[in-house]
Amino acid sequence: MKQMRANTKLQNAYLAFLFFLMYLPVAIVILFSFNESKLYVSFSGFSLVWYEKLFRDSAMMEALKNSLILGILSCAVSAVIGTLGAVSLSALKLRSKGVLEYIAILPLMVPEIILGMVLMAFFYMLKLPFGMLTLLIGHTVFCVPYILVEVKASLALMDPSLTEAARDLGASSWRAFLDITLPLVMPAVASGSLLAFAMSMDDVVISIFINGPRISTLPIKVYTQIKTGVTPEINALCTIMLAVSLTALAVFSIFRSHKKEENRDEEQIDRASEPDQEL
Amino acid sequence: MRRRNRAGMWMVLPLTIFTLIFVAAPLLYMVFLSFASQSSSGFGVEWKFTLENYKRILDPVYRNTFYGSLRLAFSTTALNILLGYPFGYFMAKLSAKKKKAAVLFLMLPFWLNSLIRLYGWIILLQKKGLVNEVLLRLHLIDKPLKILYSYPAILIGMVYVLLPFMALSVYSSAEKLDWSLAEAARDLGAGRCYAFFTIIFPLTLPGLFSGIILTFIPSMGLFFIADILGGNKIVLVGSLIQEQMTRGNNWPFAAALAMVLLVVTSLLLGLYKKLTNSDVLEGIG
Repeated sequence: MKQMRANTKLQNAYLAFLFFLMYLPVAIVILFSFNESKLYVSFSGFSLVWYEKLFRDSAMMEALKNSLILGILSCAVSAVIGTLGAVSLSALKLRSKGVLEYIAILPLMVPEIILGMVLMAFFYMLKLPFGMLTLLIGHTVFCVPYILVEVKASLALMDPSLTEAARDLGASSWRAFLDITLPLVMPAVASGSLLAFAMSMDDVVISIFINGPRISTLPIKVYTQIKTGVTPEINALCTIMLAVSLTALAVFSIFRSHKKEENRDEEQIDRASEPDQEL
Repeated sequence: MRRRNRAGMWMVLPLTIFTLIFVAAPLLYMVFLSFASQSSSGFGVEWKFTLENYKRILDPVYRNTFYGSLRLAFSTTALNILLGYPFGYFMAKLSAKKKKAAVLFLMLPFWLNSLIRLYGWIILLQKKGLVNEVLLRLHLIDKPLKILYSYPAILIGMVYVLLPFMALSVYSSAEKLDWSLAEAARDLGAGRCYAFFTIIFPLTLPGLFSGIILTFIPSMGLFFIADILGGNKIVLVGSLIQEQMTRGNNWPFAAALAMVLLVVTSLLLGLYKKLTNSDVLEGIG
């Protein structure tokens, strides 16, 4: 028994150490963004000077604006495409359904770099001007699957007789979708959109291929800056981005917990599609 | 019934059209591109069927790049198994409350930009960074190590970014374990190790396999880690593709490289399905 307790302690120490290593770099980034000195040796005093510098950097603010616009737009477009797609795929009994679904999820499975280069070559062939439009399409490509997967999982938990009842009472399929299905899957749409937003705000690899020479996003900016060296300004920028991600995550988990409570009422949680395991 | 189907039909159109045009068509385009050749003017593509691009990959220079990438991917995956398997397994043995917190902290990195987390490592691994500082103070080294911009730095970065995938996969497998099986084995006189390797380990294999897939595949393509932590010294398939697309302007060759990468990836996924008889990757749903 004693030996077992010692064992458990050892295991917990191992976990604690790995978690420490996991979060150490993040903590360092945040800590030094508030450091007075430009050196990374020790913390010499609290200061917001790097944030001030950052906010005066107009190129950086432009990139921030681009990222936000891109994140919101791609998230909105893919929410519409993904939700309509998931709902209709679950309702239709088409033979080609599986194939369509497979291709739609493909962007999550293909290595990012391949997706990036393929889109670049394809947009060039279509003679699309590289910039916001190509970025929007590219981000929508990898955002749609997130929403599709989320909404699909929530539809699997929905009672199909609800829409059937509405249809039997004479509602058109569009009407039934708007009044019955959509309100029920809304939490999933919201959480999927937030996930998509976070991915869009995060993406470097695909964006770097399709952004064109004139437009830059925040992650691309971070990438090019990091390559040239470390400055506390980047720390400040990273800290802000971390704050944005964490806010998105907080809102996301609120939607998630709502959904979970609803599910618990119905007591039909399917382990395989339990939301926690999809990430 | 038929009327009903047709009425809802248009709702599937946005997804169908978008997916066909912007997912299926570009990937198909890449296949064709990989058999075309670079135009003699040095820019653009000449549409003449050729196998030249694939032959070129066998060139020692590029073949070595592939070997290098594979070696890095293998080392990354091996380290991830060594570190991540106990990680996920121990997590599954925590009390319910601690488990919840551990899962949360393990998932959190997925939400945080990996560039930012890698940037933290640049600061830590610098010549005057914390790692060197600690090692010097402990008198383990006499002068600061040059870790940054070297192969070990890339390896640290890769393992760091991909470890959560491995840990989470193993965890979700181990979490479903019926611990009474192991207890029964112990009661029947099996030693601790014997019980682990005959009972528990085989049951966590699906998680381990999916963890391997989830770390191996990305590690072939994550070119930016080698770029920022390796200082461009080590060329990987990913960086080669990027270079051919931008500076080299040889898109057909880049497409052929991508095709090979894609084939390797799909073979691995196929192997996984065969080994575990499942379509879903453990841990990511």
